Amino acid sequence: MSEAAEFEGILETPWYGGVSPFAVNSKKLGMWLFIISDTLTFSALLISYAFVRIFTPDWPRPFEIWPAIAKSSLMTLVLLSSSLTMVLAVSAAHRGNVKKAVNLLLATMAFGLAFIVIHITEWISLIHEGVTPWKNPWNPAVPLFGGAFFGLTGLHMLHVTIGVVYLGVICWGFNKGKWTADHVEVSGLYWHFVDLVWMFIFPMLYLLSVNPH
Amino acid sequence: MHANAELDKHDVAGTTKLFATVWFWLLLLTALEVFLAYERVEVHLMVTILIGLSLIKSALIIAYFMHLRFEKLGMFLVIVPATVFCICMMMIMFFPDSIRLTHLPTY
Repeated sequence: MSEAAEFEGILETPWYGGVSPFAVNSKKLGMWLFIISDTLTFSALLISYAFVRIFTPDWPRPFEIWPAIAKSSLMTLVLLSSSLTMVLAVSAAHRGNVKKAVNLLLATMAFGLAFIVIHITEWISLIHEGVTPWKNPWNPAVPLFGGAFFGLTGLHMLHVTIGVVYLGVICWGFNKGKWTADHVEVSGLYWHFVDLVWMFIFPMLYLLSVNPH
Repeated sequence: MHANAELDKHDVAGTTKLFATVWFWLLLLTALEVFLAYERVEVHLMVTILIGLSLIKSALIIAYFMHLRFEKLGMFLVIVPATVFCICMMMIMFFPDSIRLTHLPTY
């Protein structure tokens, strides 16, 4: 074997740079690393919330089935449905069906917007009841209720809002042929992560705060 | 060439039927969670069940929607164990304190 052929042989093994060891592109690996860091951010917040809450036996549990739980359940349905349209958009993009992928991306954005609108109405009704990040009308001795609620849901809503804008940019670029199916897939990873975080916020903030009476 | 063929295989993994089934199960588990809240299940039992269900739901989302099930095992091993370890480290003070607190007479 000549020296050049031997060198080529080494390059083809996974750990010498000839091929990707994980068989993913760098964009996807980068997004996964971002998701890990964001997972730790949300984990820290949720664990802090759990810690504060267990230290406070008289933590308010104000939410009624109607409207708070019904609205938040609807928000969960909307977000889960947006994940389904997103994953189908990624499939369509990889199969080269640009029109279908773009339509599904638009549907995902519409679900995202619906989530934001319902969430804002939920926030407004709570603010009208007198809840702020510093106080709540049910137990003034537990000012952290509002801080925990608006902090966690606010950070999540910020992620959803950024996600809608991100998907809009990707949708435009993919439709123009400026970007590839890989870009759609990477934006999908971000969107599913936002959905995943809600799967913890919804039970911990809403369902565990249902009025026991 | 080999790597590209592998990439293509991963990229189109999963069918509409599979994704719709996962979506249906996610909805079903969510409905179960809401039902528990509606029934006002005792809070300690409820938190245990809710976290368990949330973990199942997140595993479904990561495996199927985020395609991790279709990636190489090495990718999974790089991402998941380290993240789970970090989260466990964050919780290292949570369980001893929370269990002690709930056994205090004033709680």
